[in-house]
Amino acid sequence: MSEIKKNWGVLAEFANPAELLNAAQKLNDLGYKKFETWSPFPIHGMDDAMGLSGSKVPWLTLGGGLTGLSIGLLLQWWTGAVDYPLVIGGKPYFAWQYALPVTFELSILLSAFGTVFGMFALNLMPRPYHPLDNIPAFKRVTDDKFFLSIEVSDPLFDMEKTKTLLSELGGTDVTSVEE
Amino acid sequence: MSDTNDIYQKDSIFPPPLVSGKHDFHSITETICGVVEKPFNINWLLAIGFSSTFLLMLGASIGYLFWEGTGIWGLNNPVGWGWAIVNFVFWVGIGHAGTLISAVLFLFRQKWRTAINRFAEAMTIFAVICALVFPGIHVGRVWAAYWMLPIPNQMAMWPNFRSPLLWDVFAVSTYFTVSLLFWYVGLVPDLATLRDRAKNKIAFWAYGILSLGWRGANRHWQNYERAYMLLAGLATPLVLSVHTIVSFDFAVSVIPGWHTTIFPPYFVAGAIFSGFAMVLTLAIPCRKLFGLEDFITLRHIENMNKVILVTGTLVGYAYAMEFFIAWYSGAPYEGFAFINRAFGPYWWAYLTMVSCNVISPQFFWSKRLRTNLTVTFILSIFVNIGMWFERFVITMSLHRDFLPSSWDYYTPTIFDVSLLLGSFGLFFTLFILFLKFLPAVAISEVKGVMPQADPHWEGYAQKEAH
Repeated sequence: MSEIKKNWGVLAEFANPAELLNAAQKLNDLGYKKFETWSPFPIHGMDDAMGLSGSKVPWLTLGGGLTGLSIGLLLQWWTGAVDYPLVIGGKPYFAWQYALPVTFELSILLSAFGTVFGMFALNLMPRPYHPLDNIPAFKRVTDDKFFLSIEVSDPLFDMEKTKTLLSELGGTDVTSVEE
Repeated sequence: MSDTNDIYQKDSIFPPPLVSGKHDFHSITETICGVVEKPFNINWLLAIGFSSTFLLMLGASIGYLFWEGTGIWGLNNPVGWGWAIVNFVFWVGIGHAGTLISAVLFLFRQKWRTAINRFAEAMTIFAVICALVFPGIHVGRVWAAYWMLPIPNQMAMWPNFRSPLLWDVFAVSTYFTVSLLFWYVGLVPDLATLRDRAKNKIAFWAYGILSLGWRGANRHWQNYERAYMLLAGLATPLVLSVHTIVSFDFAVSVIPGWHTTIFPPYFVAGAIFSGFAMVLTLAIPCRKLFGLEDFITLRHIENMNKVILVTGTLVGYAYAMEFFIAWYSGAPYEGFAFINRAFGPYWWAYLTMVSCNVISPQFFWSKRLRTNLTVTFILSIFVNIGMWFERFVITMSLHRDFLPSSWDYYTPTIFDVSLLLGSFGLFFTLFILFLKFLPAVAISEVKGVMPQADPHWEGYAQKEAH
């Protein structure tokens, strides 16, 4: 009945944000790429320590905003001046001045959609299952514990060497994680 | 006297900590999640029973309104807009403090906001739900309410985009959607905390689905923090635009007393004023009932009282300036509208408005009074009452229009009253449910402002030196 399970990587616990930051910095210096830190709150300076490039969320916000702007203007121009021209007080069928409030609101609305749904998409969420869910101690990551994981797919990964390295960096309870 | 001076100096050099008492990361989780995880207690059941009775009253009144029509209200010929618009503007205004706390104070890096932002954002969403009830039910023929939106219909016609009432539809529905998203994004890490602590299957699945599989990866935090900041940046102009557009409902018309350029800033200041008062009305009993005194500290309450003092004074300035301009314009109808507001048949409403909104916040010049919970609570109720009356006074400008032969007096009916009280039932029912099922304080954010959260905290440096 034994099912062959593939290794996903290794997980180590760190005592506090300072040690986690320090370990992430060392791994980045050594050239590890596929490692991740896990913490109950964002840690200041961690993005630089891990060598991450900037977030792509702002581009999605901009895209959403420009879409909202275009929809707002086109909607008001097409409905009022093309599809059913309506004379109201002898004024022109379309003028950008009266169209401002609705255009503004739609730009904000679609920017927010771009930001929120874009953020979830970039984070590959929703994600119901993750190999780390198999480690019971990992549940405390949303409470008060700090973890660091390295994936098997990292070119520098070597089960024994990487485990020793994590212990040397101050990691405790170093365990291998199965998929 | 020298004691007070010492306190002032100490406060300005070393502000009191954001989280008082001896807390570490785990005890924060325990305290805040404990409120949600404890079994139902009798006080909570009594509270929900009481508020849902009023909610039932709202449902019954709306049902009768749909059956009978808007004739059940006290509307008459000059006063075509009654309590429905008063309640709508009142509730939208209440909501604005939530966005101000969560977005504007975030952009200004005011870390004290973390204890109250979840709370205030929930208040925003529930207040906007209450507000949306009134334009939804006031249209008379409710089955045609979708004409407010640009949806193709059998007349092949589109809404008139020149109308401020239509701008209002877009502004308030955008405001509701963006506030809900902002609140939800803030909740995701805390829902994950509740998921990981869940003792039963229902809680595990419910919080598990809502938290979308959040596990606190740093790559996720990076996108999350950026998205949160951008949302704050979007919500800030949005909140200002919403009450500006709400004020356009009045200001774009050509009614004396409404057609004034001061309305947008004056409405925004009033909205923030009333919203902060409502946050205090809710926060003072809640921190006591749920043992959150270490997170919502006196410093938070004092800061909010300062905002109330500033915005209350701004509102007072606007009242004075309205009067001055009415006289300075030389327009007889404009002048009459204001004299009639203060000395006409509705003098009692005007007096209530001025005493609650302009005089009562002035007590907060005193540090002793603004750090006194009883005084703060009572004054916050006064402000809520005063701000409802402000909208009442503005709307009742209609009762003496251009022709004296058509003058009339608006008297509310029992259904006006039951809808207003019922909307409070809706608000408090939603709020009490929120307190029981969701974390009332942003757990991950409070942890983030603890000194231990900084990797360069002196405690860690000392350990390394040993």
